[in-house]
This record gives sequence, C-alpha cells and structure tokens, in this order.
Amino acid sequence: MNYAKQLFVFAALAVTLGYFLLSGSYAQEAAAPAEATKLEAPAAAPGAPPAEAKKDDPAAKPAQFTQGLVEQIGGAKVAMDTMWTLIAGMLVFFMNLGFASVESGLCRAKNTVTILAKNFVVFAAASIAFLVLGWGLMFGDGNPFFATQGLWFVGGADNSPAMGDAYKGVYSSINWTGVPLWTKFFFQLVFAGTAATIVSGAVAERIKFGSFYIFSFLMVGIIYPVVGHWIWGGGWAAKLGMFDFAGSTVVHSVGGWAALAGAIALGPRIGKYSKDGKVQPLPGHSMALATLGVFVLWFGWFGFNPGSTMAADAGAIGRIAVATNTAAAAATIAASVTAWLLLGKPDLSMILNGGLAGLVAITAPCAFVSIQSSLIIGLIAGFLVVVSVLFFDKIKVDDPVGAISVHLVCGVFGTLAVGLFAQAEFTPNTTGNGLFFGGGAGLLMAQLAGIVGVGIFVFIVSTIFWQIIKATIGIRVSAEEEIEGLDIGEHGNTAYPDFVSVATRGSSVMGSSAMAEAAGAVHARELSKGTV
Amino acid sequence: MKMVEAIVKPFKLEEVKEALTKAGIQGMTVEEVKGFGRQKGHTELYRGAEYSVDFLPKVKIQILVSDESAAKVVQIITDSAKTGKIGDGKIFVTPVEEVIRIRTGEKGEDAI
Repeated sequence: MNYAKQLFVFAALAVTLGYFLLSGSYAQEAAAPAEATKLEAPAAAPGAPPAEAKKDDPAAKPAQFTQGLVEQIGGAKVAMDTMWTLIAGMLVFFMNLGFASVESGLCRAKNTVTILAKNFVVFAAASIAFLVLGWGLMFGDGNPFFATQGLWFVGGADNSPAMGDAYKGVYSSINWTGVPLWTKFFFQLVFAGTAATIVSGAVAERIKFGSFYIFSFLMVGIIYPVVGHWIWGGGWAAKLGMFDFAGSTVVHSVGGWAALAGAIALGPRIGKYSKDGKVQPLPGHSMALATLGVFVLWFGWFGFNPGSTMAADAGAIGRIAVATNTAAAAATIAASVTAWLLLGKPDLSMILNGGLAGLVAITAPCAFVSIQSSLIIGLIAGFLVVVSVLFFDKIKVDDPVGAISVHLVCGVFGTLAVGLFAQAEFTPNTTGNGLFFGGGAGLLMAQLAGIVGVGIFVFIVSTIFWQIIKATIGIRVSAEEEIEGLDIGEHGNTAYPDFVSVATRGSSVMGSSAMAEAAGAVHARELSKGTV
Repeated sequence: MKMVEAIVKPFKLEEVKEALTKAGIQGMTVEEVKGFGRQKGHTELYRGAEYSVDFLPKVKIQILVSDESAAKVVQIITDSAKTGKIGDGKIFVTPVEEVIRIRTGEKGEDAI
C-alpha cells in the first residue's frame, strides 16, 4: 500500500472518529439505536512498512493506525462521558442541600430540626431503596409496566459501556448511553432522591418523622421506578412516543403527585385556615436560608438537565445549560411581575418559587427546544406557579413551601411544553416537531397520555400508602406537638436553643373548644410535661 | 393609670391582641421572653446527654390603661389567653406615675 493511500485511509478514519466523538448520545429515552463505537482499523494498514517513505525526509513519518490506538481513543470517549455524567450527578446530589435549606427557611423555626432531618434521611432512604430494588424495577427488561429482570441490587447481567447492538444485558432501556453501569446507577439514583425529597416540603410542620421515612422507601422503591420504567425504562409511555428529557414528569410531577396525596391525607396545619375560610400566613423563619437553597438548586440543575445527555456531548450540554438558565431567569422575572401585580408587592418567597418553576418546566423540554422557546416556557411557568400557590390555598390544600405548585403544576406544564415547542433539529430522531413548529398534535397527545397515566397511578398509589401508614403508626403529630414545634417532640433537639424564635401565628384560631378536644386526646405524659 | 403586664403562651398572642383591639385598646408592646412558674420544663437528650428544658418560650404584653379600665382589660386577657392547661401565664398590674406621648408631648390620660 502506498503512502498516499495510507494518508487517505487515515483521514477517512479520523473524520469518522470525529463524528462519533462530537455527536454523542440523545436524551434519557431510547432514541434511535446508537451505533457501536467499536471501530476496527483496516487489516492492511497495521504494521505495513511504508514502502515508499523517502529515506532522506525525517518529517515523512507514516501514521501507525493500530487497533490499540482506536481502542485508546474510544476509551477516552467513555472516560469523558463518565466524568461528565458523574460530575453532573454530584451536582444533582448537592440539590438535596438546596431542598433542605428552602424548606427549613420557609417554615417556622420550631420545626427546623425535623425538616432538616427529613431532607437528610430521605437521600439515605432513596440511596438504599434504589440500590435494592428501584434501579432494577425501573431499567430492567420486562413488560410495558414494570421490569421483571435484574431487579435486585443492580445485579442483572450487563456489559456497559457497550452500547446499542453491542450491549448484552438486562438493562437494555438504558443501553443508549456509553458509560459504565455504576455511573448510570449513580446518576439515576440522585434523580430518584430528588423525587423523594419533593414530598417533604408539602408535608412539613405536621408529619411524623418515622412515617415520612417509611414513605420515602416506598416512594423510591416502588412508585418512582414504576413510573420511570414507563417513560425511561422502555415502557408504554416511551412506546407511545412520550418524551421527558430530564424528568419534568418522571421526577417532578411524580414527587408533586405524592406530595399532593400527602398534604391531603395529613390535612392543613393548625391555624392555617380560619373557621371563616380566611388563609392565615405562617411565615418562614429565614428568607436567607430559603434564598440560599434556591441558588443551590439552580446550580444543581446545571447537572440535572445537561447531565441527562449522559455523555460529554459538547454540542448539546452547553445549549441545554443555557436553555435551563434562560427558563429559570425568565420564570423569576415572570413570578416577580405576577406577584407584584396580584399581591401588590414582589413577595420573595413567590419569586424564589418562580425561579424553581422555570427550572422544573424546562426539565422535560431542555434538549428539544430552542433558547427562545425556553424563555417563553420560563415566562409561563413563573406566572403559573404564583397563581397555583394561591389556588391551592383557596381549595385548602396546605403546602408550606409551594412544592405542589412548583413541581406538580410546572412539571405537568413542562411535559406538555415538549409537545408544543419541540423542534426536530435539536435532538434528531426523537421528538420531531411539536405543535408550534408544524409537527401536529401527535407529540402533544403522547405527552398528555403520559401525564394522565402517571398522575392517576402516582396519586392513587401514594394515597394508598399514606392511608396504610396512617392506619398503622399514624402520619400526623398530635396537636400539642404541632403547636410546640416538632423539633422537641420528634427529635428532642432544638435548632436554636439559645434564642428560640417563637411562632405567634397559627393555632390562635383553634378556639377554646377545639383546644379542649386536643387536650382530651393528649397522653397523660404530655399533660404532666406541660410543654406548651 | 396602670400598667398591665401579661405573660402568655406565644400562640395565644394573636387572639389576645384581637380581643383587646376589639375592646378599644389602641396600643401595646410585645416582647419574647422565656420563663417558668410551677409549670417547670422537662428533660430531653442531646447526643446522649440529658438536659432540662426549663425556660419555656412565652410572650409578654404590656398595655397602659386608665385605672377604670384595668379590671376589664385583665378580664379580657384572661379570657382570651386561657387554655386551661398548665403554663397559661400570669398578669401583673402595677401603678404608673407618668406617661408622655413623644410626638405631641401630651401627658397623663391624654397620652394613653
């Protein structure tokens, strides 16, 4: 083989390799089957001495295109993909701090310990539940509703990072990403943890710690993985053509439905709704903590969305990060304006919820829409969340931190937004065009089907679980404990032992007869304790 | 003129305030305090070490009233702050020598 021919072969291979390095993988759903990245150098090239190398030209060194070199380059791709996916996953893990801070900041000081505790243990519970069963139930091969293979302890056969046709194992639904198995697991785990921690906000200030602990295991062991299987695990929703890039439905609305079920099962906090139906404010004790939390969540979302490529896809991850940021920013502004107009002043807690609303809403569409679309999506979400908070109070569903409005309402909207704003050019062979870009209503219908199916399943199963826990160990603390604050009652700790900030709001609307009833229900020990 | 000081349970503050303003009282001062009477606190554990939670959070309301209104105000506070359970609090009535409104310089009952 002469030198020119070798050069041509090298150039052709370089171009091919460049394509594989730069194109990356698409979305968290089963996209078009990814081609195996295993390349083979042509048989003639390796080791063949350059017959016509000019003896007196030291620069004319021919390329040695060996199998080893190919594998090195391929391995570098896997390494980059793995690094990115893991780092993004760590950002999402960090969001648990964001949730802990937002929730405790927006609740009263006397409940700080219990809220922090809930947010801390929920990730621990999620980690174990997802390891033991969640991963398997979600990504294992099985039927359209749940997995039946590789269920326990991520133990199924698997030859990741092999992709597509080269993949041999029982987690086929996630074989589109070329990272090793534990990297996939870690990344998916932090998402499961996010769904579980959403619930803690809506049930805050009156839920028993143990009940929440138990529900978290059920949430991440059963509810979340089943839904995840439908949409990301190759189940019926995926087959219908529903797309949810990073989880507006899978994570956020699942958390939102479970949170709604919990808030309804628990009932409102004492003093939240007066007898004549007026809504009483129970202001949070630290807007600083709340704001810190939202900043941390916004930061973590840069792992949540761009990380969902599960590949160091240079073309996509920057664009997705900007789409994420644009939606958050637009939603913040929209929420500020909406609060200003509807309530007279720009309520910081509403503005914070606004930022989060934009982030939740862009989570499903972020890989499929233009930056301009993400701006519009954010604007709508920011408006939606403010009116939603007011709505849930109107129907007497007490949500101390707006979790249902942020995650459920905007999660549903974000999922629908895929059907409206998707453009085929951004992530080829996935969504096609949405309604606003000439794709018709097909995608929108698939999104709607998924939303409805998920909503019915999660709300009903969550309600069943809450009711079972309620009937066995109870889910709500006593009125005495709720008034005193859950920190002492549930944990024996105070968050601010030196100068306890007392809550003077709430409870006063109970009236003496209700107090007598509550007193009657009190354990003798509580009475002699006289802690109130 | 009398100073009526009431130490009540924190969550009762709103109710007491509502009752007083409804009866025509136009001002009051509120402080966060901690205290105990015969109620005492209870013991808790922190990292295995026992500690007593003796001082319980309360709220102190101070209202300046005319001599004639003192008894009525005491009754209003008692009715609205009572829960019937231990730790409801106490009311102290003390005589006041002088009161001045800073903005106008009014003194005595005009300044209430």
